[in-house]
Amino acid sequence: MKSSDQDPLESLALQVSGISKRFPGVLANDKVDFSLARGEIHALLGENGAGKTTLMNVVYGLYKPDEGEIFINGNQVEIRDPNDALAQGIGMVHQHFMLVPVMTVAENLMLGHEVTRGLKLGLLSRVDRQKVSEEIEALVELYGMEVNPEAYVHELSVGEQQRVEIIKALYRGADVLILDEPTAVLTPQETEDFFEVMRSLVKQGKSIIFITHKLKEVLAIADRITVLRDGAVVGMTKPAETSEKELAAMMVGREVLLRVEKKPAQPGEDVLKVQNLHVLDRRDQPAVRGVSFIVREGEILGIAGVQGNGQAELVEALTGLTKVIEGSIHLKDSDVTHARPRAFTETGAAHVPEDRHKHGLVLSYAVDENLILQTYYLAPFASGLNINPRAVDENARRLISEYDVRTPSIKTLVGSLSGGNQQKVIVARELSRDAPLLIANQPTRGLDVGSIEYIHRRIIEKRDEGVAVLLVSSELDEILSLSDRIAVIYSGEILAIIPVEEATKERLGLLMAGVRETQESSQAAATPME
Amino acid sequence: MSEDSEAIQQPRNLAAVIVGRISIPLLAIFTALLVASLAMLASGTNPIKAYLALGEGAFGTQKAVIETLIKATPFILGGLGIALAFRGGLFNIGVEGQLFVGSAFAVIIGYSIELPAFIHLPLALLGGMFGGAIWAAIPGYFKARSGAHEVITTIMLNFIALRVINWAIGVNGPMRAPRTVVPETPAVFESARLPILIPDTRLHAGVIIAVFAALVVYWFLWRTVAGFELRTVGANPSAARYAGINVEFNIVRTMALSGALAGLGGGIQVLGLAPYNFTTGFNVGLGFDSIAVAVLGGIHPFGVTMSALLFGAMDSGARLMQLRTKVPIDIITIVQGLILTFVAANQIIRSIYRIRARGEEDQISLGRLWGGGS
Ligand SMILES: Nc1ncnc2c1ncn2[C@@H]1O[C@H](COP(=O)(O)OP(=O)(O)OP(=O)(O)O)[C@@H](O)[C@H]1O
Ligand SMILES: [Mg+2]
Repeated sequence: MKSSDQDPLESLALQVSGISKRFPGVLANDKVDFSLARGEIHALLGENGAGKTTLMNVVYGLYKPDEGEIFINGNQVEIRDPNDALAQGIGMVHQHFMLVPVMTVAENLMLGHEVTRGLKLGLLSRVDRQKVSEEIEALVELYGMEVNPEAYVHELSVGEQQRVEIIKALYRGADVLILDEPTAVLTPQETEDFFEVMRSLVKQGKSIIFITHKLKEVLAIADRITVLRDGAVVGMTKPAETSEKELAAMMVGREVLLRVEKKPAQPGEDVLKVQNLHVLDRRDQPAVRGVSFIVREGEILGIAGVQGNGQAELVEALTGLTKVIEGSIHLKDSDVTHARPRAFTETGAAHVPEDRHKHGLVLSYAVDENLILQTYYLAPFASGLNINPRAVDENARRLISEYDVRTPSIKTLVGSLSGGNQQKVIVARELSRDAPLLIANQPTRGLDVGSIEYIHRRIIEKRDEGVAVLLVSSELDEILSLSDRIAVIYSGEILAIIPVEEATKERLGLLMAGVRETQESSQAAATPME
Repeated sequence: MSEDSEAIQQPRNLAAVIVGRISIPLLAIFTALLVASLAMLASGTNPIKAYLALGEGAFGTQKAVIETLIKATPFILGGLGIALAFRGGLFNIGVEGQLFVGSAFAVIIGYSIELPAFIHLPLALLGGMFGGAIWAAIPGYFKARSGAHEVITTIMLNFIALRVINWAIGVNGPMRAPRTVVPETPAVFESARLPILIPDTRLHAGVIIAVFAALVVYWFLWRTVAGFELRTVGANPSAARYAGINVEFNIVRTMALSGALAGLGGGIQVLGLAPYNFTTGFNVGLGFDSIAVAVLGGIHPFGVTMSALLFGAMDSGARLMQLRTKVPIDIITIVQGLILTFVAANQIIRSIYRIRARGEEDQISLGRLWGGGS
């Protein structure tokens, strides 16, 4: 579907050449050449910290490159800030969303581009909400994205927020869309829908730079693939000419096991026992409705489900972050149903939270302080009233090397690390706490294949040490390759708990869509409460 | 834009950190003085002469230096109180009222009982801290319980403190000194007064207490377990909750500590300065100026101390400036206002002097605190 035999300069929507960008202690981009043809989906691959986001931030005018040039439609341009970028038709959806949560979708889209009606009174003009809503609906229809313009952003799921981000870029007239890990937060079904959106976008003549860590997706949708390693381009290829294995090796520079090896589980005593749990969501609507399950020592229970079916609330209840309405939670031998978060940590729950910026990290803290977030008040970090800087330092150095966190120093602010390395900081902190229960909610979201392999190995190691693991993931591959048993959650209920040997993608897919199994099709199905 | 402007984003060494931190405040002061000098020129005064007189009035003689230190003392403590609350994610506008209540508690303890000095003075100072702490803990509790924004509640409590105390020292008020014309309390006993550091001057030991408090606040914020909790709640309340920190308790504690610092400042004012009592109009505005001090000081204890000295110097030098050049004292208030404006809206300074934005560490901004409901 490409017009590769046209005049090469004319058909290039965007070209960068020789871009270098240095941060204190790191060369984030090293003489990068990259081009994007009109109507092309060009995937950008690379390990965490390889410099993908940095390169795109340069194109989007957020960073000034140390050297190099940018061409748009064959003309050299200087992009000083995102407004310049938008004026040149470049829109970017960031890895971490940049929406105002207390505003509605329509208001977010309008920000800085308010459409007015009636008297033109400058800043006092009336905002034409109706017009904006209509425009949004037109975009929504054109690209097949469903979103309610009047909904408040903080009420939306991550997948919906993402759609809002894309619509925002389109609304501002972007021709080149930079999508930084858009699928990291999506479920397989949402990803399929999203691909449809991408396809219809290129059909309308838009060009897309697509950053992802999921090799399958790259092979499925990209026209061309560029791989970065340590800031430099290490190769460019096409899906037809490569494979997952080859791409992984190109990114990481060594062979990567795409599927972890594991022995059969040796389950022991019950560690976490959840009975008839009921939890409300932020809008006080039932989110978890009568959930019961057990996680035993030395096994991994995977919770599969389309995002937004109560997983978030379930995990919050299991860590004391939200109130339990009915039912009970037992951790080891204590009743922790109504316990505070600290009681959960102290009784023995480690928690890798879903939203690393909201819960997992304090972005304005350095790496070392983030690594003691849960244990700062315990020896050796606390001695009397004081925090012992030596212990904090030592802990950070040890965990950074043990968990391969790539950071210029332990005093670097976590906010300036690459997304994957931020996640590694959390994983390092939580796994190193030796808790009998590990609750991992989307533990590898946004991580590169090498890091995923690594974290999967660590989780299995934990299991083999006798830790009970509750894994929540919307990534079916992850669920299938790690879990010993799989619970499928739908609309706040667990529809079935099945051993991994009996699970197939098709069966899980049906359950995740809410199709209940009849008694004979599954003996192991949990009795649904109705 | 130079190469090293980005080093500010992620400071590599101490020198870079310090330069990165103080360049904006210094440029803000410089710009404010410049703008004020335009106003002086317009009214026919030589600004250089005025500023020289200001400097002489603040530092020219031993007496001038002492007045500067005395004036800086409550600014240091009030500024520390505000900075501490800021670090905890709270905008304590009630330092004014907390300072008042602190003064009242200290003065009551000072005049109503007579004790040996080694007990009486500490007791009166602690009483001041306690009064300020209570007055700040109340809005802290409201916020923790119901999310009531502390900016609103502390302002309301400012009014209440002011009115109640004015009543108490007014005609027939319970704190009114007998047989006086102006509304004032009795003077505190000798045993509750702060010792004078240099004989025959007004320099009292309060300035030492204030500087020591700055050291304690620094230690508390960055070296203690409780300080870690306070900063975590301020930087990311959700992460704090995740980390098992009791956010509600921390809000109350942070406010109480902030108020204790303000109350200590109030106590020092009545126990350190003749006539050692409390009258109407006493110390009015100190608490609000302290907000400017804290912001200019980069909400860092050492910065606060420096900016308090600057504010003290401007206040004490202003009289000589007016005497010499006929520039009204009010110009100093204008300069202080301009400084605060330039620091708070530092984008202006950045664009004038072409300084790039810094990293996340300093993003505790007034704007964010306003938005930070519960
Ligand atoms: N603002 C910044 N200040 C300092 N260093 C930075 C900054 N932004 C990025 N870096 C560093 O530059 C390198 C490249 O980071 P970048 O975010 O571009 O990686 P990435 O390829 O997007 O990784 P990920 O897949 O994890 O998102 C990393 O080492 C990162 O720590
Ligand atoms: Mg990135």
